[in-house]
Amino acid sequence: MTANVAAPSSERRRRARRRLLGRVLLYLGAALLALWVLAPIYIITVTAFSPRSVVYDYPKHLIPREVSAETMDFFVNSTGVLPSLWRSVQVALVTLALSTLIGAPAGYALARFAFRGRDTFRLAILSTRAFPIVILSIPLAVTFIEWGIYDTIWSVALMHTALALPFTVLITSSIFVSVPRDLEEAALTLGCTPISAFVRVVLPLALPGLAAASIFTFVLSWNEVFAAVILTLRERTLPALILAAITESPAPFRFAAAWFMAAPSLIFIFLIRRYLLGMWGRVSR
Amino acid sequence: MTARRLGWAPYALLLPSLAFLALFFAVPMVRAFGLAFQDADGNWSLESWRTMFSDTEFREALVTTLLLIVIIIPVQFAIALAMALVVNARLKGAGFWLYIYAIPLGISELAAGIIWFAIFTQQGWLNSILEGLGILDRPFIFLNYQNRGWLIFTVVMAEAWRATSIIMIILVAGLQGIPRDYLEAADVFGATFFQKVRRVILPMLRPSVQVALILRTILAFQAFAVVLALTGRGMTVLASEAYRWYSDYRNPHVAAAYAGFILLLSVLSTLLFLWLLPTREEQFR
Repeated sequence: MTANVAAPSSERRRRARRRLLGRVLLYLGAALLALWVLAPIYIITVTAFSPRSVVYDYPKHLIPREVSAETMDFFVNSTGVLPSLWRSVQVALVTLALSTLIGAPAGYALARFAFRGRDTFRLAILSTRAFPIVILSIPLAVTFIEWGIYDTIWSVALMHTALALPFTVLITSSIFVSVPRDLEEAALTLGCTPISAFVRVVLPLALPGLAAASIFTFVLSWNEVFAAVILTLRERTLPALILAAITESPAPFRFAAAWFMAAPSLIFIFLIRRYLLGMWGRVSR
Repeated sequence: MTARRLGWAPYALLLPSLAFLALFFAVPMVRAFGLAFQDADGNWSLESWRTMFSDTEFREALVTTLLLIVIIIPVQFAIALAMALVVNARLKGAGFWLYIYAIPLGISELAAGIIWFAIFTQQGWLNSILEGLGILDRPFIFLNYQNRGWLIFTVVMAEAWRATSIIMIILVAGLQGIPRDYLEAADVFGATFFQKVRRVILPMLRPSVQVALILRTILAFQAFAVVLALTGRGMTVLASEAYRWYSDYRNPHVAAAYAGFILLLSVLSTLLFLWLLPTREEQFR
């Protein structure tokens, strides 16, 4: 590297040119990576909104010649799709409610109190991630048969809550940490009880973060398939229904199903995009 | 102040989580081992394990699972690191790039498998594009059940597309923890971009890399819907076998043995990463 304070102007120009080139390459790389992510989504969208006959056409056309809801219609009106879709929504909502009600208090305790066993609890919660879903689903299926709730939305929702709960605890704890403690203490000094201080001061400030965490839980449940297919037989959730019939169902059905399952992600991730780093940054530490 | 007055409060807040995890996490875990080490009559036996190890599909499932992990994880890390560097480069609209790269985070294994099936199937998008560009003169059969190499390639592509986002987010969170001074110091000494990545960024990212590696490997051991969606019954992995033994053969004991085996591999790989990448935390604080 040149040690001259006054570099010759040709040298300076060369470095400026190099920096510009670096910038251009960087944007090009960014765009290529974006293309890698978006191209498959574009492809499945075009496929799902082609008429059924065109789905089998070859070669395919990147710019669709005909847009139609026929394939989508065929999928949505196939036997079992609408009920299982409704079940998926119910399971995800129950999971979201249960894991927030059970997990958020623990998250608050981790964020606000110094107590014996805090680190042990944190570690125990973290270590649950080392255990695969596979190992929980099979014994739980046996348990749920004994309890008489096998093949209901409740069995799947309980299982999904067990999966989501560790995340909910860690994520909500990081959200409560980010609410300034001074505000809560000020409310206490001004005569609030701990509960009213929480409801009036902490909750409103934590609400956007909690909403993001809930969306994350919803997505987790919406997408989960192994437990869902093990714990149901007739009362399938949407992914379980599609997986169980994957080798027999016609291609247009599968493509429309894939679009239907994947498209909400565009909205979900958009809604929680500001919280992603905070959630995962803290969870991973 | 609050903590002293309400010494019992944190424990009361933790109680629901602990109870739920005990009931739906710890108990099933113990029960899984009970199932795996008992025969259908409830006697202790190694029958299920013997059945599993001598099953013709077992060896293939194990080899394929390990092969997939060994190929997928480095590919994912390379793409995730590129994405993370782009996001961290403070381009115009940094939030936009992060959002785009994070979209697959909300897409399920099953949906991703079907999307890539649409791409790789014989009358699919990749063949259309390659023929259109004149690279092929007739469709190539990627999903050829006789050719495991190509099957593995398609699964690797689908998984690299879907599951890279989570690594990217953990890496971005890690990158943001690297003090700017370090990179500026490297600039002063005239380090090139690649020298900075190798000498400064990667060593500093070590804790994030470790977390991401552990998390991704555990999840990769459970992947099966993507394999099923792409290859049908053409290829099998350990989690598919657990599903098959439970659903097709109605044998929860052998299924539990498979689940226990997956758990064992997950724990071993976690220990391996902890040993390979020791993080000296004090160095970074």
